[in-house]
Amino acid sequence: MTILTYPFKNLPTASKWALRFSIRPLSCSSQLRAAPGTVISVQTKTKKTLAKPNIRNVVVVDGVRTPFLLSGTSYKDLMPHDLARAALTGLLHRTSVPKEVVDYIIFGTVIQEVKTSNVAREAALGAGFSDKTPAHTVTMACISANQAMTTGVGLIASGQCDVIVAGGVELMSDVPIRHSRKMRKLMLDLNKAKSMGQRLSLISKFRFNFLAPELPAVSEFSTSETMGHSADRLAAAFAVSRLEQDEYALRSHSLAKKAQDEGLLSDVVPFKVPGKDTVTKDNGIRPSSLEQMAKLKPAFIKPYGTVTAANSSFLTDGASAMLIMAEEKALAMGYKPKAYLRDFMYVSQDPKDQLLLGPTYATPKVLEKAGLTMNDIDAFEFHEAFSGQILANFKAMDSDWFAENYMGRKTKVGLPPLEKFNNWGGSLSLGHPFGATGCRLVMAAANRLRKEGGQYGLVAACAAGGQGHAMIVEAYPK
Amino acid sequence: MVACRAIGILSRFSAFRILRSRGYICRNFTGSSALLTRTHINYGVKGDVAVVRINSPNSKVNTLSKELHSEFSEVMNEIWASDQIRSAVLISSKPGCFIAGADINMLAACKTLQEVTQLSQEAQRIVEKLEKSTKPIVAAINGSCLGGGLEVAISCQYRIATKDRKTVLGTPEVLLGALPGAGGTQRLPKMVGVPAALDMMLTGRSIRADRAKKMGLVDQLVEPLGPGLKPPEERTIEYLEEVAITFAKGLADKKISPKRDKGLVEKLTAYAMTIPFVRQQVYKKVEEKVRKQTKGLYPAPLKIIDVVKTGIEQGSDAGYLCESQKFGELVMTKESKALMGLYHGQVLCKKNKFGAPQKDVKHLAILGAGLMGAGIAQVSVDKGLKTILKDATLTALDRGQQQVFKGLNDKVKKKALTSFERDSIFSNLTGQLDYQGFEKADMVIEAVFEDLSLKHRVLKEVEAVIPDHCIFASNTSALPISEIAAVSKRPEKCFPSREGMLSGSSPAFSDLLAFGSPCQVIGMHYFSPVDKMQLLEIITTEKTSKDTSASAVAVGLKQGKVIIVVKDGPGFYTTRCLAPMMSEVIRILQEGVDPKKLDSLTTSFGFPVGAATLVDEVGVDVAKHVAEDLGKVFGERFGGGNPELLTQMVSKGFLGRKSGKGFYIYQEGVKRKDLNSDMDSILASLKLPPKSEVSSDEDIQFRLVTRFVNEAVMCLQEGILATPAEGDIGAVFGLGFPPCLGGPFRFVDLYGAQKIVDRLKKYEAAYGKQFTPCQLLADHANSPNKKFYQ
Repeated sequence: MTILTYPFKNLPTASKWALRFSIRPLSCSSQLRAAPGTVISVQTKTKKTLAKPNIRNVVVVDGVRTPFLLSGTSYKDLMPHDLARAALTGLLHRTSVPKEVVDYIIFGTVIQEVKTSNVAREAALGAGFSDKTPAHTVTMACISANQAMTTGVGLIASGQCDVIVAGGVELMSDVPIRHSRKMRKLMLDLNKAKSMGQRLSLISKFRFNFLAPELPAVSEFSTSETMGHSADRLAAAFAVSRLEQDEYALRSHSLAKKAQDEGLLSDVVPFKVPGKDTVTKDNGIRPSSLEQMAKLKPAFIKPYGTVTAANSSFLTDGASAMLIMAEEKALAMGYKPKAYLRDFMYVSQDPKDQLLLGPTYATPKVLEKAGLTMNDIDAFEFHEAFSGQILANFKAMDSDWFAENYMGRKTKVGLPPLEKFNNWGGSLSLGHPFGATGCRLVMAAANRLRKEGGQYGLVAACAAGGQGHAMIVEAYPK
Repeated sequence: MVACRAIGILSRFSAFRILRSRGYICRNFTGSSALLTRTHINYGVKGDVAVVRINSPNSKVNTLSKELHSEFSEVMNEIWASDQIRSAVLISSKPGCFIAGADINMLAACKTLQEVTQLSQEAQRIVEKLEKSTKPIVAAINGSCLGGGLEVAISCQYRIATKDRKTVLGTPEVLLGALPGAGGTQRLPKMVGVPAALDMMLTGRSIRADRAKKMGLVDQLVEPLGPGLKPPEERTIEYLEEVAITFAKGLADKKISPKRDKGLVEKLTAYAMTIPFVRQQVYKKVEEKVRKQTKGLYPAPLKIIDVVKTGIEQGSDAGYLCESQKFGELVMTKESKALMGLYHGQVLCKKNKFGAPQKDVKHLAILGAGLMGAGIAQVSVDKGLKTILKDATLTALDRGQQQVFKGLNDKVKKKALTSFERDSIFSNLTGQLDYQGFEKADMVIEAVFEDLSLKHRVLKEVEAVIPDHCIFASNTSALPISEIAAVSKRPEKCFPSREGMLSGSSPAFSDLLAFGSPCQVIGMHYFSPVDKMQLLEIITTEKTSKDTSASAVAVGLKQGKVIIVVKDGPGFYTTRCLAPMMSEVIRILQEGVDPKKLDSLTTSFGFPVGAATLVDEVGVDVAKHVAEDLGKVFGERFGGGNPELLTQMVSKGFLGRKSGKGFYIYQEGVKRKDLNSDMDSILASLKLPPKSEVSSDEDIQFRLVTRFVNEAVMCLQEGILATPAEGDIGAVFGLGFPPCLGGPFRFVDLYGAQKIVDRLKKYEAAYGKQFTPCQLLADHANSPNKKFYQ
């Protein structure tokens, strides 16, 4: 932070904008560009806000999440809707929103518990929401919560709803392991069998190999490649070294640790786990040393790959929820919203070789749509699936060749400045409950904008299936 | 559809598909072995690892030519002499090819057995040095690693291959009538075990990287990369090199062991092979099998077994010596020359001599969902062509769609496709009963029943709905294209040429040149089963525009076909050659030769399918149809057997395999073929007295083959065929002409035109005009220097 910018932040909002305009003519002086932080953004920001005529403004009142835990730890005996319920009750507690004003509830999840396939509804009922509030569940791999939020944005913007709860949940401690198809068929046929003779003849068809279980797929259905394997190839394609990946992972853990210690992760709400102690913080943050990380063997491409357990996000249990409203509704209810949810963009590309490049494709598109540039963004919150994935995206965004040949652009997207990037840790360190990460990203961006100052945050994530998402979060004027 | 079914020996040729053309450019002819001007190899040092990059100039593939040999030895000597270098990586700079094998032209240029043996011994010495290298060498393989290329790779200390579809390893020498001549016969059994090595060498099959890893042929796999900061292929090679360098370092530092852990089965097999008795049994079994399959017509497989045996029983030195000698012997054989000729022909027939078409065919429509229509659809959707399959009834359409699905699903079962890829390929197919979407079609291929009026009807119907640029292709085996095109209503289309058709023995189509703009009607004669048979015979009329031909060839190449382009005429080329032979088959049967005996005579001559069985497979009704049509046009020359035989068979419902009865009885699930005893009365009623002077086994074989060959040469004489090479490819890949003979034209060259004419004259004396040698053949007999292949 330079001395120049510091006083600006303490000024009232209105005068801040005025100042920015007045400073604009300086923008061509190149020596100023070298200075990091807000100086640059002060020069280039030309828009007051991204509000659009005739479209309702959508605001985030607040958002919470349960602590994200390594799967197989304190949450291991729960069911997904238990976690989701914890996030919902946490949200109710944090916002004190009257339950009956909530028009609709949407949750994202990836690996579905078959008993609660509409986990949003089960959790909402259990959390004491009105049984008159409908709820549905969406899935879009790692951007499921993003989809839940943007679905909510759509419902509000189109005037269908005023108050939405959006969230996500994932419980990787327990996954549905099925009987084999043959066994299932036998069991279903047995159900329909009418006579003892029919039953016996069916049972006689039983073979022991029918008992082999079917695990949920960890690989892409279309390519049969696991995501870690694809990430390793992606890192190799962009020539990202093992050391770079370990360094980035270490950064993520260190920043997360710092944020946790400084109490910046204010979206976390404590969760009293039935039969266990109250969980108050994320337990996957473990800053290590580069030497120790270097000792690990590659996890996917053996024996020479670069993606290891230490530079990948880990299997996580957790849930998140946030309260989204039409701006006028929030103001009428006396809330002071945290942020606006502005333009968003979904992209998709080749699920084999570009599986995890969503952020690279989505970022320039959403910026363009919002009429912003990279310099306007004060807080970047990107989903960190793998160190190699983040660094490959960086290299792709920094490459004219890639932009020309694969994105149909004339010039490169440009690198997000690292000092504004995932400053409070990311999925590598905080954890990545697939269905819940999207809300964490948005809340991190909103909270960082409030804490660090700045107007715009950019959230971006990649997802299985070769899809991606990006959204602009605008700080609500203080 | 006159064609034969999938045939064992032909399918062995599929390995040719991955062999690419082997350009051979002579450089440094003057012999100055200038160190500075290396053209085939460049090498650099990274740390203490030497990276040797092979890149033959002006060619898509690397081949082991003399220059490459000498430059390679030079570079390796430098590496071995250098103190800074502790290990080396051997890699190709060409995407899609490590080393595709030895330079065939280099072998073909050898005049004597000794020369070839010497070549083999030189190659053996180089790879032996590699094997004995004290500095570990890692072969980094991306793309085809075949023949000599594989022999180089297996003499290295370590092998890393990309898990790409293009990366295949194999020893296809046997398909060229030779054997691996650079120590492969000795090293391969040690590396993968005797049974697996023999399988590779005797079948010539290509092995994909993942399978090679399982077999122990390669030590590590590298996944191909997607786009990054460079084109994927480029970065993949770079990455392969990076990985290979880390392994080379690891090997030099002794952190990685080049020895591989063998599985239990492998260990047991290896143990069993140490017992002399077991070994003898294995040799015996394999030899028996080879004898049965080759019928003694192909010398290479037996020699391969011999050489492997020598190496194991008498030690490596004897093995290497034996290998080089047998290599020399084999390369000089007629069979090898014939097979190499076929290889060259095939390379030729994989090119589009009309150049690139103006407009790519992206939307294809096929009329008729029968065996042929569905087969064409399958090979089209497989390559990403959006294909409409249209039939008149839902039942027929269902059957056709199921055939396509089954064809693709069989690939899934063989793990050549994933189920996801199958589904995505299958989504290129639209089955329908109407002409919806034909307005977007770039090409329509009709595969309706062989009936001129029906073909006319569909042509008229289709022309009402297709766009102007759309090409109409007819999949017919005998109906002249110009007759089909006669009803084309588009003004620029072909004009009727019925007179030309019926003008008898000299359908000189050049005489029929008429006015009008070029035509978009063309013949595309596929062979059944379409997904197995590689040949496509494209028929152009005098009026067919060049661009139409270019499009048709482009589509065929996309479908993976080997293509011959012939002129329009009754029976075109393939059917026309087959017809006189079939007529002779009938006569021979009438003369009282048992169908089984006839089958064994033809297969022992090298035909993959016996003559009587062939009639059953083609369909007796189809054979009758063709015999009648062509008989009318060509008259006495196509006579011989009494067509009444076929007529009676059809009337009794003996249509061949499809009706369950023909000369044989066919039952679902029963492999054994029994003679159809009901045929006895038919044969008895049409019995002819055999002529003893031309009825020996050999005479019977030659009566069939000479009529085939004579007609083929006549096609060249009349201009139906443009080149002898196309004639040979058409005969071998479409009709199962013995590959060991190299096709009718190669056969004339190797066997001698005079001898063939002598035979023909002998049979002419017995039977008359059907055996009169054609003018071109007589010319060749009269001047022994005249050859079809110079």
